[in-house]
Amino acid sequence: MMPLLAIDLLLLAAGLWAVIGLAGLLASRQPRLIARVLFPLGALVGLGVGLIGLTALGANTQTAVLAIGLPDLPFHLRLDNLAAIFILLLGFVSAGISIYAAGYFRDGEGPSPGLLNLEYHLFLASMLMVLLADDAYAFMVAWETMALSSFFLVTTNHRHEEIRQAGYLYLLIAHIGAIAILLSFGVMTSGSGDYSFAGMRAQALSPFWGSVAFLLALFGFGAKAGLLPVHVWLPEAHPAAPSPVSALMSGVMLKTAIYGLLRVSFDLVGMTLWWWGVVALAVGLATALFGVLYATVQSDMKRLLAYSSIENIGLLAVGIGLALLFHSYQMEALAALALTAVFYHCLAHAGFKSLLFLCTGSVLHATSHRSLGKLGGLIGPMPWVAWLALAGVIAGAGLPPLSGFVSEWLLLQAFLFSPGLPHSWLNMVVPVAAAAVALVAALAGFALVKFYGIIFLGQMRDPGLKEAHDAGPLEKLGLLWLAALTLLLGVLPGTLILRLDAATRQLLGKGLAERIAENGWWMLAPISPAQASYEPMIFLAIIAATLLLGRWLVHRLYHGRVRRTPAWDCGYHFQGPRAQDTAEGFSQPIRRIFEPMFRMTRHFPTIRDRAPTYSVKVEDHLWYWLYLPIARLVNALSTLITRLQGGRIAAYLMYSFVTLILLLLVARP
Amino acid sequence: MSAAIPLHAQLINLFAAVILLLAFAMLAQRRVLQLINLFALQGLTLFLSTLVMAVKIDQMHLYYSAALTLTLKAVLLPWILHRLVRKLHVKNEVEPLINIPTTMLIGLGLVVIAFNVALPISQLSSTIARGTLGIALATVMLAFLMMITRRKAITQVVGFLAMENGLFLAATSATYGMPMVVELGIALDVLVGVIILGVFFFQIRDQFDSLDIHHMEKLKEH
Repeated sequence: MMPLLAIDLLLLAAGLWAVIGLAGLLASRQPRLIARVLFPLGALVGLGVGLIGLTALGANTQTAVLAIGLPDLPFHLRLDNLAAIFILLLGFVSAGISIYAAGYFRDGEGPSPGLLNLEYHLFLASMLMVLLADDAYAFMVAWETMALSSFFLVTTNHRHEEIRQAGYLYLLIAHIGAIAILLSFGVMTSGSGDYSFAGMRAQALSPFWGSVAFLLALFGFGAKAGLLPVHVWLPEAHPAAPSPVSALMSGVMLKTAIYGLLRVSFDLVGMTLWWWGVVALAVGLATALFGVLYATVQSDMKRLLAYSSIENIGLLAVGIGLALLFHSYQMEALAALALTAVFYHCLAHAGFKSLLFLCTGSVLHATSHRSLGKLGGLIGPMPWVAWLALAGVIAGAGLPPLSGFVSEWLLLQAFLFSPGLPHSWLNMVVPVAAAAVALVAALAGFALVKFYGIIFLGQMRDPGLKEAHDAGPLEKLGLLWLAALTLLLGVLPGTLILRLDAATRQLLGKGLAERIAENGWWMLAPISPAQASYEPMIFLAIIAATLLLGRWLVHRLYHGRVRRTPAWDCGYHFQGPRAQDTAEGFSQPIRRIFEPMFRMTRHFPTIRDRAPTYSVKVEDHLWYWLYLPIARLVNALSTLITRLQGGRIAAYLMYSFVTLILLLLVARP
Repeated sequence: MSAAIPLHAQLINLFAAVILLLAFAMLAQRRVLQLINLFALQGLTLFLSTLVMAVKIDQMHLYYSAALTLTLKAVLLPWILHRLVRKLHVKNEVEPLINIPTTMLIGLGLVVIAFNVALPISQLSSTIARGTLGIALATVMLAFLMMITRRKAITQVVGFLAMENGLFLAATSATYGMPMVVELGIALDVLVGVIILGVFFFQIRDQFDSLDIHHMEKLKEH
């Protein structure tokens, strides 16, 4: 008997997820069974997938053929280093989310738990198949299964009008993106009819068609990831979905789109033009700035996180653009640095954003409020969630010693070496882009401070919040797992980059491994330690030492007593919760400075108002400039076509009769 | 010259001409019951033409299809339609959308087009009845025209059935008939179609108190 290869085990895992989903359908009468047995089983499978992905990094490429689907058109599957990174991400992150979901989904909420369980596990299995696919047919089947299962998950609470609308928007943009991806694959086969990825690699495209394929892929995968003109579904769909689903979509599904973009642009197209890098860089920068600015002004906690995801996707696109740029000038060492930053940021973002989305889920369950204006002071009743959310916030704000800092630091390092580019105006423009990335990182910090401060600190804005309860044991386990991942990614970058190196080596022929090995695992110096280095352990030690020393000093030398007083009352004891800074007030400076970026409608109270109210609504310019005109055009065209449908049967018969006669006359030999 | 044409070919041409004539008669007919009788007569002529063809070339499957034509188109369908008309109390008068003389003129034009179109095809055909292809096409078109210009749902069904007659004639004249399986399938389809349409008639009458199809114009999306 043949030994089971890693790829066989992964297929088995996808099958197991599907079986778990179907089993839930059979047991849909026992929600406890689904929550306490099936979801934890799914988490175990996820853990296994993650471990297989980790061991497959650096191993040989494996292929398999799965004879399902249409006759004579089997699924070709392949496990290489690039796929392994994303498989490891999918496995480890989904393990945490699934174990959390086991505690989160309860009876009597939303649709039948059996259906939810089926959609959830199908979603996981289809994402795994997307990463394994080695021909366009298998890829598209898995890709569409992923889109459909996540659509049904988003519309779980479909009785609300706005959730149905969000789902529709998501489905629409997902399909437009899928068409672009399909066309891109079609261009890459260049008419040979061989839709396997190996066949696409073998084709030598002209620069024009190569560019067409790249731009189509950028648009198609960008629609799934949330790049700028096609981002609108993201801030609608994420708040609409249940929190574990938002976590899965934001943490993992967006990364499958990044995987697709990397697969096409570094592997399948087989060429790199320098201006592709500039396009990706520009789109990424615009997306990142847009996302972070809108994140700062949101007052719904899940919308804030959704915009922050847009920002992170933008940063990833910036990294990809930079890698393409270096790659096109054969500066492979720097390209490897940028690409490593992309991989690392994928992993980091998957960890901390899932963690934060799950924390919002716990807050939502405990308080049933999503609006920041109703929350506050939750660190008292929900200490676990609050402290674990702090880990996610620190990572998301890009502060050491957690994961977000490492990836953003690597990205900025890559920027610092861009003056080596042999192109005069690129040398001048790219540093400006680096400054913009630094601005994005700072604003991301602002947005997440707002998120954390308004939800967990200060005084409770609603008296009902006192009854808030902390997360249950399974939920805590899931949050702890993701926080541990974030911490590990933050303090062991050297060890992990040694592993990721196999993938950069596969795509570019060069990696960072030698430098890391030279300098030891505790020090991260991508180019040389004389220029820049980062030692996370030292940071961690200093931060821990400062905290402990401070605590010891306060206890021993100062008064040694702990007093609890209302937070932030500045000694003025009439200060109530309504006198605190609100979510809107907190972001007011940003709204002022970047006023032209927002479409704001404000309502100010006048002196004579009996019940003065202030409201501000921030909308997206692009919605009015791009989407509504297209929608109006489609509407006008369909009104024109509707005229054909006059309801008269004689007229309908006439259409076919006239067509028949005309065809007979035209086709007469 | 006429002596050169053998008797069976003359007979087939004659029957084809009768079918075309009956198609015009149906187009001109104002009464529903009369229309159904004309349809039955057309079916009978079709049966005779197929029979002659079968005797001449001595093919068993043509005998079968001739028998099928006789039972289905000359007897069964007219009988079902008669019953329907009586049960539904359809007014015997048919109101066409376009007046009869204009319809006849349009029909003439269609026959010219049909012959024109069929000419090159019938030259390629090697069967004994190739001259009838143009007639068959003209019958199809005239039946289509009848469906367009009539208002009552029941006359549209008759038009639909007459169109099938034309197709059958085209099939026998160009290629000695379709394969048996196809013919059986079509026959069954037509029968089931008429039965379903009969059910629809009752539904339509219950909804609109009439079988006039212009009542269905309000069924469109707004």
